[in-house]
Amino acid sequence: MPLLETRALNKRFGGLHVTNNVDLVLETGEVHCLIGPNGAGKSTLFRLILGEHLPSSGSILFGGEDITAFKSFQRIRRGMSVKFQVPGIFKALSVRQNLEIAMQHHYEPATLAEEIDRLLAFLNLSGDARRLAGNLSHGQKQWLEIGMAISLKPRLLLLDEPTAGMSPEETHATGEMIKRLNADGMTVLAVEHDMAFVRQVADKVTVLHLGKVFAQGSIDDIVADEEVAAIYLGQTTAHATAHQQPGGLHA
Amino acid sequence: MNALSRFFRRLEGPQTLGRGPAFWVGFLVVLAGACAYPLFSDGYTVGNTVYFFTWIFMALGLCLIWGYGGSLSFGQTAFFGIAGYSYGILTINFGAAYGFTLVALVFAVAIAALFAALLGYFLFFGRISGVFLGIVTLSVTLVLERFMAQTAGPEWRIGAARLNGFNGMSNMPPLTLPWPGGDIVLFPDVQLYYVVLGLLVVVYLGLRILVNSSFGNILVAIRENPERAEMLGYDIRKYQLGTFVIGAALAGLSGVLYTSWGQYITPSSMGMTAAALPIVWVAVGGRSDLTTTLIGTVTVLAVFQALTIHGSQYALVVMGAMLVVTVLLAPSGLIFALARLVARPFAKRQPGDA
Repeated sequence: MPLLETRALNKRFGGLHVTNNVDLVLETGEVHCLIGPNGAGKSTLFRLILGEHLPSSGSILFGGEDITAFKSFQRIRRGMSVKFQVPGIFKALSVRQNLEIAMQHHYEPATLAEEIDRLLAFLNLSGDARRLAGNLSHGQKQWLEIGMAISLKPRLLLLDEPTAGMSPEETHATGEMIKRLNADGMTVLAVEHDMAFVRQVADKVTVLHLGKVFAQGSIDDIVADEEVAAIYLGQTTAHATAHQQPGGLHA
Repeated sequence: MNALSRFFRRLEGPQTLGRGPAFWVGFLVVLAGACAYPLFSDGYTVGNTVYFFTWIFMALGLCLIWGYGGSLSFGQTAFFGIAGYSYGILTINFGAAYGFTLVALVFAVAIAALFAALLGYFLFFGRISGVFLGIVTLSVTLVLERFMAQTAGPEWRIGAARLNGFNGMSNMPPLTLPWPGGDIVLFPDVQLYYVVLGLLVVVYLGLRILVNSSFGNILVAIRENPERAEMLGYDIRKYQLGTFVIGAALAGLSGVLYTSWGQYITPSSMGMTAAALPIVWVAVGGRSDLTTTLIGTVTVLAVFQALTIHGSQYALVVMGAMLVVTVLLAPSGLIFALARLVARPFAKRQPGDA
């Protein structure tokens, strides 16, 4: 059974058809990357899955349950977790308190401090536990938020451009961490621009273009696809019509 | 001993300034001073101090909603007025015998809390936040003021209690404590002083426990980043509503104490000026901490009264100026700014640390 499934998902903002009949299937245990040029509708699809937007039509299933009408916090409690593009941390609070807020309802009070220490070590933030989160470096903020997201022990981890603003070294380290989490059984859906990163982590890639699923497959299939290369280079209109018919590699 | 130290640990945490033996010794010294104070003062001054104390509950409630929760309620006076009028209506109709005034106090606070729950439900579950929350709550208190101001006619009565329009409701009985061998009437001064002081200590310590609990953790998380808090699986609307109701109940407690203290309440207690003052008290001291709010409120009230004696309406202008100066120069509050100023020469600052 797929972990996450969107069925004929549509979202319109006024006359703008931002998400157009998207069918996306995420199998349990895979790392799935969502790519596409700017304005392709990646963020909107991401927000639909999170419940920050409600779809105009279509449905979303999580673990076989229809969650289309669920509020965000209900989806999180069902086993989703998210890391935003701009670090969504509690800036005026200490690093330790950030993690405490994330974890306090998932652990017994007696073991909470110990679990926080363990996660701090995993994130390489042990020495910064008492600092204010707002005073961390950009990379550290990203790590802290990833830590908050994974502390919920989610079945599905949603990452919105997890490596935005990171150095190549930090990006690579983040990729290795995601692979380690995936090996422990976490399914991952990531919106990402960095193709080196996508190549490093992705089992499966979905290309969005003009709100539709344009292509889907392994990273090698996608890179070899000339039409995908074409939309990234901007020759969009001719190919967009060519992709109206489903079949083959293109959904 | 173990139970005592566990109790003290719950009073302390990242959400409150002041921890460790030094702070609590200081706390006990201040408390002892406050207890001894009526012995060295005359009845009038003690009664005046009670008047100061009655406002602090409303300030602490606003500190919880605004300073900790990040939602600016401009209408705490609505709950103050509702509870004050409710106390008057209940006690004028049912009298003060058998300690009924205390029952009336509980009912009046509950009515204010219930009204806040209803209003807060539509506000928070309708996802109204930021400046709009302030506008709606201010509107509510102004509507209540206007409504009560036009109840001068004899047809506006509930049982024996005339609402009396702009002249206000008066002659409700003061609070009484049932006591074997005759009720103790808490008429201003000394007896009421001790009861209000006791309530203040209980509320202050209770709020310290609340903000340092897991509830308080989520409350400050909502203030810092509501989206992130929700995406950790918390239904932030429930926490906001709960906080709003607690803050409203405290404003209601202020309303009852004020009404029973002066045996008088008027619609202007819900008006524009009255609604703005709690914001000045809380902002000037430092809204993000209970202790600075408490100290700030007492200080500002004392300054305000001193100014009123000498310059009547100019005192309000000074209050306004104080708020502007605070917002511009020390947005986190004057006590925090002073502390930073004093600490600066001694601090060994690491780059990037606050």
